[in-house]
Amino acid sequence: MSGPLSPALPAVAAGGPRTGPARRPRKRWGDRLLYGYTWLVLIWLFAPIAVMIAFGFNDTRSKSNVSWQGFTFKWWGRLGDYPDLTLAVVNSVTIALLATLITTVLGTLMGVALGRYRFRGQGATNLVMFAAISSPELVMGASLLSLFVSLGVQTGYYTIVIAHVLFAVSFVAVTVRARVVGLDPSIEEAARDLGASTWVTFWRVTFPMILPGVVSGALLAFALSIDDFVITQFTSGPTITFPLWIYGAVRIGVPPQVNILGTLIFAVGVAIAVINTVTSRRRT
Amino acid sequence: MRRRIAPYLLVLPGGLWLIAFLVVPLVFMASVSTQEGDIVNGFAQTFRFANFADALTEYRTQFLRSAGYGLAGTVLTIALAYPVAYWIAFKAGRRKSTYLLLVLLPFFVSFVLRTVSWKFLLADDGILLQPLKSAGLLAQDFHVLQTTAAVVGGLTYNYLPFMVLPIYVALERVDPRVVEASQDLYASRLTSFTKVVLPLSLPGVFAGVLMTFVPMTADYVNAAILGGPANTMIGNIIQTEYLVNNDYPAGAALSFTLMAAMLIGIFVYARALGTENVLEAAAR
Repeated sequence: MSGPLSPALPAVAAGGPRTGPARRPRKRWGDRLLYGYTWLVLIWLFAPIAVMIAFGFNDTRSKSNVSWQGFTFKWWGRLGDYPDLTLAVVNSVTIALLATLITTVLGTLMGVALGRYRFRGQGATNLVMFAAISSPELVMGASLLSLFVSLGVQTGYYTIVIAHVLFAVSFVAVTVRARVVGLDPSIEEAARDLGASTWVTFWRVTFPMILPGVVSGALLAFALSIDDFVITQFTSGPTITFPLWIYGAVRIGVPPQVNILGTLIFAVGVAIAVINTVTSRRRT
Repeated sequence: MRRRIAPYLLVLPGGLWLIAFLVVPLVFMASVSTQEGDIVNGFAQTFRFANFADALTEYRTQFLRSAGYGLAGTVLTIALAYPVAYWIAFKAGRRKSTYLLLVLLPFFVSFVLRTVSWKFLLADDGILLQPLKSAGLLAQDFHVLQTTAAVVGGLTYNYLPFMVLPIYVALERVDPRVVEASQDLYASRLTSFTKVVLPLSLPGVFAGVLMTFVPMTADYVNAAILGGPANTMIGNIIQTEYLVNNDYPAGAALSFTLMAAMLIGIFVYARALGTENVLEAAAR
């Protein structure tokens, strides 16, 4: 899975068109075709999201919210109608916060080590991270559940946190690593030459410089965690999260409250992504 | 001395997490896969390798179907993603980061919720089919849900961004001067694409294949929500064995087989093409 709250996006903006100074002012039909194709794909990508947002305003009477019955705001006032849904959303958010905290610390340390040092076992570390990123969630979930069942560990809230840290930590590590690799080592050398200890150098010089990478990594970890379904289902036991609640409701009908909650999460995510893009563009 | 142990200290916490919850669980899953018993009386290790034979013979169809769906979905994602990535990399100019953000925006809606939205959209009496049926353009019993097309379409939809990103990263790296040089040497636009740009972008396509084929093949959410009984994938079987039937040995044997098949592919990939393309794409 890759970065929704992507840090590196804005870096490309500065260069402008790469094909050189307007070789042909006239747009070719091939370009127009590509442009149209891109927009068709984008419309297809957004179709279900538009439906999700619209059906939060649907004046539906039955439990199955599939046909348009008229516009209403009434579901916004009845967001808390399903206490177990509210609990599921609260679980999703707190699990994501806890997992993000742990992931960011562990991932940042790994990223610094991998970006800064050459050491034995580096290849193995990269390979394990690569495995964590590329193995199917289903296999990770099934093996984690095998572990918990074998050891007699009751699955629930904290096993979900463990699983979320597991799949997100490599993403944070590679994000931070990319930032560390891009640092100019002479700045830290200068700090040391001026008498700063290793510890002071790290906190006063290195850390502020890698902070954008750490923030992007943390946002990514949060997004991965709050959205996760597969590993969560295997490690959740009796605990319900927002995606699990929706999945459970599919057969009996998904109420409009889910659409509204999805819309709210979407709005917050988009806002954070835009802020992240704008601020990191300013930094570079 | 300090410098030599520093990287190990930094990698240690995250590394231990990965070993304890990624590597060790695989060993436990392997162990569970040869056990016998049931949830009531408990499971005992009897080294019953016949679990594998049983699993493979009983669910051969689902294995093959999953591979087929994964393959079809991957081919479709390449066809959809390549032109989009190409347009963003070469033609979007200063709006590159905006378009990349648009491609990633769907991630801000939970994966399950996006799939459920497709179910709304494609429902037999939903907003897409109902008007066409009323107008007599479609037969009354026409349906999209519960078909192979719905499942493969859902898979393609959900994993498309994982193909766009790595291809974009590879294309973005193509030096425009190389393309200009080929055109100065009288290559037609088509030739300069097939002989210069396309080969240079292939590492991105391979990374994208790894990041889409593996999770698509192991997916069960799309088949569960959009498909019918005839679209059951191996993921659905594993999920049912683990979470519904509590038949852990059967589930473990199945998911171990799935993982072994994929790991061989992943390691061949890592050996042949290296891990960098995937790790870098993940860092975005």
